[in-house]
Amino acid sequence: MSKLKKLTQQQLFLPIFCMILVLCVNMIYDVSQGRDFYEFFKIGIQNELLSGRLVNILNRGSEVAILAIGMTLVVSSSAGTDISVGSVMALSAGVCCTLLAGAAAPQATELAVPLIVGVLAALVVGCVCGAFNGALVAYLNIQPMVATLILWTAARAIGLLVCNNLIVYVRNDAFAMFGGYIGPVPTPLIIAAVCIAVVTVVLKKSALGLYIQSVGINKKASRIAGLNSQKIIFLCYVLCGLCAGIAGVVASSRITSADTNNIGLNFELDAILAVALGGNSLAGGKFNLAGSIIGAYTIQAITTTMYNLGVSSAVNPVFKAVIVIVIVAVQAPPVKAFFKKLSAKRQAEKEVKGAVGV
Amino acid sequence: MKPANALKERKQMNSNTTLLLITIVLFFVLYAAGCVAYASKGFTTVQTFLNVFRSNAGLICVACGMTCVMLTGGIDISVGSLIAMDCMIIAYGLNNWGWASAPTIILLVLAIGIVFGLVQGFCVGYLEIQPFIVSMAGMFFARGMTAVISTEQLSITAEADQTFYDMANFRIYLPFGGTINRAGKLIMPYVGIGVVIALAVLVVIFLMLRYTKFGRALYAVGGSEQSAAMMGLNVKATKMKAYVLSSFLCSIGGICYCMNTMSASVNQATGLEMDAIASSVIGGTLLTGGVGNVIGTLFGVLINGTIASIVQFNGKLASSWPNVLTAALLCFFIVLQSIFAKIKERNK
Amino acid sequence: MEDNIVLTMRGICMTFPGVKALDNVDFTLRKGEIHALMGENGAGKSTLIKCLTGINDFEAGEIRVNGIEGPVKNHSTLDAQKVGISTVYQEVNLCPNLSVAENLYIGREPMTPFHTIDRRTMNKKADELCKRLDIKVDVTQNLENYSLALQQMIAIARAVDMDCKALILDEPTSSLDDSEVEKLFKMMLQLKEQGVGIVFVTHFLEQVYAVCDRITVLRNGTLVGEYPVAELPRVKLVAAMMGKDFDDLASIKPEGFTYDKEAPLEISARGLSHKGTIKPFDLDIHKGEVIGLTGLLGSGRSELARSIYGADKAQTGTLKVKGKEVKINQPIDAMNLGMGLLPDDRKAEGIIGDLSVRENIILALQAKRGTFNQLSRAKQEEIADRYIDLLQIKTASRETPIKQLSGGNQQKAILARWLATDPNFLILDEPTRGIDIGTKTEIQKLIIQLAGEGKSIMFISSEIEEMLRTCNRMAVLRDGAKVGELDGELTQERVMAAIAGGASEHE
Repeated sequence: MSKLKKLTQQQLFLPIFCMILVLCVNMIYDVSQGRDFYEFFKIGIQNELLSGRLVNILNRGSEVAILAIGMTLVVSSSAGTDISVGSVMALSAGVCCTLLAGAAAPQATELAVPLIVGVLAALVVGCVCGAFNGALVAYLNIQPMVATLILWTAARAIGLLVCNNLIVYVRNDAFAMFGGYIGPVPTPLIIAAVCIAVVTVVLKKSALGLYIQSVGINKKASRIAGLNSQKIIFLCYVLCGLCAGIAGVVASSRITSADTNNIGLNFELDAILAVALGGNSLAGGKFNLAGSIIGAYTIQAITTTMYNLGVSSAVNPVFKAVIVIVIVAVQAPPVKAFFKKLSAKRQAEKEVKGAVGV
Repeated sequence: MKPANALKERKQMNSNTTLLLITIVLFFVLYAAGCVAYASKGFTTVQTFLNVFRSNAGLICVACGMTCVMLTGGIDISVGSLIAMDCMIIAYGLNNWGWASAPTIILLVLAIGIVFGLVQGFCVGYLEIQPFIVSMAGMFFARGMTAVISTEQLSITAEADQTFYDMANFRIYLPFGGTINRAGKLIMPYVGIGVVIALAVLVVIFLMLRYTKFGRALYAVGGSEQSAAMMGLNVKATKMKAYVLSSFLCSIGGICYCMNTMSASVNQATGLEMDAIASSVIGGTLLTGGVGNVIGTLFGVLINGTIASIVQFNGKLASSWPNVLTAALLCFFIVLQSIFAKIKERNK
Repeated sequence: MEDNIVLTMRGICMTFPGVKALDNVDFTLRKGEIHALMGENGAGKSTLIKCLTGINDFEAGEIRVNGIEGPVKNHSTLDAQKVGISTVYQEVNLCPNLSVAENLYIGREPMTPFHTIDRRTMNKKADELCKRLDIKVDVTQNLENYSLALQQMIAIARAVDMDCKALILDEPTSSLDDSEVEKLFKMMLQLKEQGVGIVFVTHFLEQVYAVCDRITVLRNGTLVGEYPVAELPRVKLVAAMMGKDFDDLASIKPEGFTYDKEAPLEISARGLSHKGTIKPFDLDIHKGEVIGLTGLLGSGRSELARSIYGADKAQTGTLKVKGKEVKINQPIDAMNLGMGLLPDDRKAEGIIGDLSVRENIILALQAKRGTFNQLSRAKQEEIADRYIDLLQIKTASRETPIKQLSGGNQQKAILARWLATDPNFLILDEPTRGIDIGTKTEIQKLIIQLAGEGKSIMFISSEIEEMLRTCNRMAVLRDGAKVGELDGELTQERVMAAIAGGASEHE
């Protein structure tokens, strides 16, 4: 009993538990369909490229995983979420493709500017959006959700202006690489891995992780201890914007176009859900990046599984919305207090019974 | 302290009135600009002005509800999706459900609004979850449900339901302000039922906020939750009721919206939550709660509508301009609020 | 119950985890009296009031209220209001965005037959009420348009109008200026005439002697006594509040523990001030000296220290560190100059609750080193272990979240945080509050040891004995201003006289 309790209190319990649950559903379904129970894990090679459901999930989940990095930092430091990430993705994708297509827009096969310029521009746009959000939150003390609400609509709308309301196609192999394959391995997977590795190293090798958590837990005490909490929160938002920029490039490269109306749509929900699924409290403070990453891939696994089960993709957001509320509700103080009372009562009853028994 | 001091204090410029004043001036400047620029295209007619109301009747209802929620210091970003769901239910129902008629479907939509609000309100009021998270989940839930009902573009025709069709096309003519059309016929300006509903909602909410216990409780909770509790108000119930009211008004707004568009699709009313929040904020409602009223909100909606009209009259500007401008205005007013709050803090 | 008694509390006991907050406390409030409730920090004043108003749940004892059969137990402030006990706090518990009239009548508004609020009647009634109590306001104006004093009085008016028999004023005057205080007193006297019993909690001695009839003194959760004002001169009151029963601890000052007046100046402040909290002050601190800041709660002790450290940026004046003029905008600037501040509110400004003891200890040192100059994990563990060992911090492991430690051990960990930065000048604001006696002595010894090593220490405490045992010199504060310095032979009598004011002061 107490061992079970200890297990459930581990921070990584929630994401890993969900992951296993999804895997089980997959296996049962596969068996019922007369396939091998390990169908899910099969990694094959098709046309010299890695294939299989697992690879597919890891590939498709890259954008959410990248977003989850930035979102984790934002949630931890400011106890609020950045709901503009999906729109910022669309905007940076739009800027990137418009630049690359140049005069040939909206149908280009040749790059008008070097690839690196387009990609860098997308990342800069992401950072600028992040800086805008960060300035509002850190220096003007505006609630994070309200501050990011502005770009939530504006970024996508500006993206549409940039693209002139058209879908800008860049059918160029060099550009398509970001969403394609390097050798047999999907590039998005590599990009996500690199992002995760870089952030992990930075957090490990610098005191930033400690600072972010410290500011998220107790802003006043952190200030007395010599931290510049405003600067740290600002930085987290810039990083979150950068992540959105990277995700935007990957997403547009996947479809070799900037479909500003649809790129990154509903991704903010996925990113926030990834953080919550990762066992991180949305009230800020301590964070576990690994949890968020596992959470991100779990969400992709849910999406893919539902797709395989033949559930309409339209149900997806409904399902995710319910999960978010359940996870957050379980963490809510009144609910926690209620369960505590319940267990205390049970304990007391046990004691009474024990006393009677003696 | 001298008695004169009290008088002096009263004369101090109230930052909240300043904000509202900026809004009203902004509206007139915008409208005047439109009149000057597009006079030849008929911007100056009474009908153009009424059209701002006609196309924003739904938004007025939604923004009134949003103002009530924001008065408590909360926010509700589920409204746009809820409207899409309402429209979809009406359109799909009238087309496909045998039992559905205009009155029953309207009642159904209103009931759904109340239930939706109850769930959100319970999560915010009693479970103490951040309003943003709750209503964001609500937003995706409603948008998802819309798609579950149908992913097609549906329209409501006379064949689907005659009553609803008639209601939507019913015109109430004004006795003045007519224009002469090309055929030389005098055409009086008109509004639809939606506008009447919206104005009725506006008046009712205005009176409710000012003259009922619930209305004042909304202000008290937004002013200081702790004080409100100390003075014996039920803070949790008040918050919950605010969300129920918001979702209910949103459903009324959904009906108005539907009567204006006579169609439904998954992507309908995206960004409407933004317009509603922006209208409230521009109209002087503080994000921190406790200050604001629906008259300001009306001006907020009118500013939104005027921007849309101007973009429409221009004809060359991209359709996403209103979104960008609204967001920019929202940003401007949020920053203003923040600066005013800082000045107030410093003067303390 | 006697007729002239409003309420009695008998044998009230209350424990917080690990601390006996109230131990068998009695309190009696009579009709038409103003009764001061006095005591230093942690004496149990606010706990006692919270027991009375239903915020805290006391364990033993009973409360009786005139006119009500049997013992009364309130479960909320609303319950308390129903039996006629109203409280007005320092932070006014009204809604600033509503009108004065609404604040007076919210929750019980007069209604029209149509179930709407009858604003005209409400305004009229409010106006009458304010006129009766001599509050000069326009009741239709928003509350936030009026000064704090008027807001305070409106809060009292609300309480009075709700038929209260006992009115509790919790530090009502701390943010009022002299003329405003006078107005408030006039109102209190008026209510007293009407037979209301008033409990007045304050830390301003002058005010107690200006309006009160009776004083009840608490110390460390126990009742010291109830005295008519006339029988308790100031110095005796201060003595009663501070207590003198620490003699069981032997002197810990080593022989010849004096500071060297010729030692170089570590800190030299001229005219520093922070608007609203501390008036301009001059202060010199020598190397290797322990300087005490003394004064009652709210006299500006913490604020003085915070303005030097940059926790509340000083708005005027100059500061020299080691003879060089410096500019401190925020704490990190002060830290880079070798300062450290152990804040008095451990929970709000000290600990980072969810982080481990190790992380809490190395935080300041890390901040000083900079983001990209991270201490290696091994180094962090070594530092943490060293201080856990040195200060005998009792913790399950160095990775335990600090919030799971007891108050005293949390405090030691925060102290370790600052010692790890090797400061030249360390400010300790109430380092021993809420800590058991053994740990107190350890911390006191540590202070003297640090001074011996050539560090300058600024020490703030509500307990005079503790200050006497550790300080070389004391600066005295009263009402937000530094009023003097005590040098040479420090005795209890001298310090108390200086705190109470009016007596011998060595400028």
